[in-house]
Amino acid sequence: MALDKPYLDVPGTTIFDAEQAQKGYHLNMFAMSLMKAPNRDRFRADNSAYLNEWPMTQNQKEAVLARDYNRMIASGGNIYFLAKIFSCDGLSFQQGAASMTGMTQEQYAQMMLNGGRSPEGNRYLGEKK
Amino acid sequence: MARITAAVTTSHVPAIGAALDNGKSHEPYWQKVFAGYAKSKEWIAEQKPDVVILVYNDHATAFSLDIVPTFAIGCAASYQPADEGWGPRPVPVVEGHPALATHIAHSVIQQDFDLTIVNKMDVDHGLTVPLSVMFGQPEAWPVKVIPIAVNVVLYPVPSGARCLALGRAIRKAVDTFDEDLNVQIWGTGGMSHQLQGPRAGLINQEWDNRFLDRFVNDPVGLSEIPHIEYVREAGSEGIELVMWLIARGALNAQVKPIHRFYHVPASNTAVGHLVLENT
Repeated sequence: MALDKPYLDVPGTTIFDAEQAQKGYHLNMFAMSLMKAPNRDRFRADNSAYLNEWPMTQNQKEAVLARDYNRMIASGGNIYFLAKIFSCDGLSFQQGAASMTGMTQEQYAQMMLNGGRSPEGNRYLGEKK
Repeated sequence: MARITAAVTTSHVPAIGAALDNGKSHEPYWQKVFAGYAKSKEWIAEQKPDVVILVYNDHATAFSLDIVPTFAIGCAASYQPADEGWGPRPVPVVEGHPALATHIAHSVIQQDFDLTIVNKMDVDHGLTVPLSVMFGQPEAWPVKVIPIAVNVVLYPVPSGARCLALGRAIRKAVDTFDEDLNVQIWGTGGMSHQLQGPRAGLINQEWDNRFLDRFVNDPVGLSEIPHIEYVREAGSEGIELVMWLIARGALNAQVKPIHRFYHVPASNTAVGHLVLENT
C-alpha cells in the first residue's frame, strides 16, 4: 500500500521525507561538512576537488557548482543542510531563499517588507491565482 | 517541589541573533522586532526562573542525517553554541541541569514517550536565539537550560496532539522533582515561513493570529490540525509551530496571558511571541 503523502500537490514546495533523505544523503552530508572551518577553506579553494571526495551523483555535484538550490532540493537536498553552502559563500538565509524564487534579492526583500508571499493562489498546484 | 510557573513561546529566526551579535539591534528594521520583547524582558527579570525547559529543533547541526531522533532531551552539564557555517554565535555557554533533566527523562519514558537521551551536543540558533531575545547579551545566561530537541526537519514529524501530550508528561515529571525550583517551559520556532523552493517567502498573518488565539484558549482543538494544513497555510517551515504545543501541554488548561507580540517580517519569517503564566 502506498504511504500517505498529502503534500505532493503544494506548489513550489518539496517536503523532505524519508525518501528524499535517502536520495540526498551524501549531498546533505557534504553540505554539513562545511560547518568546520578547515573544510570551508578547502571547499572555497577548489569546489570541484572537494565535491569529488563525496559519493554524490553528477547531477548533485553540478547543482552545487551552479548554486542551483532548487535543483539540489529536487535531488534530495534539505534547506537546513544546504544552508551551510550559502553560509560558506557569505550569503544570508534571505539571500539563499530569494535565489530559489526567480526574484532578485531586492524584489524578494521588498515582498517580505510588504508582508510576504500571500497564500492566496499558492495552496494547490494548478490553483488559479 | 519544582513547579512549572509559565511558558514563553517565540520564533527563533537566526537573523535576529545575527542582528544582536552584529550590533544592528537599533536599526529601524530590527528595532521593530526587539521592541516586541521589551515587556517580556522586564517580566522575566522579576520572575527569575531557575530552569528553562527549552523546546526547539536542531537545524542539521547536532544531528546529521546519520541519526534523527524524534524527541531528544539534553542531560549534559553544558552545551557549546554551534558553528552553523559562519562561526559560532558569540553568546555564553549554555549551562544544563543534569539532575532535573535525567529525572524528566526517567519519568517521561515511563509515561510511554520514547525520548532519546543526549549527553553531548552543540546547540544552534534554535536554542540560543530565544535566550537572546529574552535575556539580551549577558556575560552568562541567568538560567539553567534543559534542551528538548524535536525533529521537524525530516518528515513525518510528530503530530500536534503528540506534542501536547508530551508537554503534559513533562509537567507530571517536573511536579514530582523534590528540589524547590521555579521552572519555565519555552516553545520555539515558527511562525509562518517557507525557506525553500519557488514558494519561499510565504507568510499567512491571518492563520498565524488564529493560531495565537487558539494557543491560549483552545490548545486541544489546535493540536488536531494536521501537518498538511501547516504546510499549505503556514509554509513548509511553519511546521515548527507544533513544538509550541509541548510548552502549552505543560501548562494548566486555563492560563493567564501576560504578553502577545506579532510582527512581519524578520528576514523570511513571521515573528510570534507569547508569555503565559500558569494560574
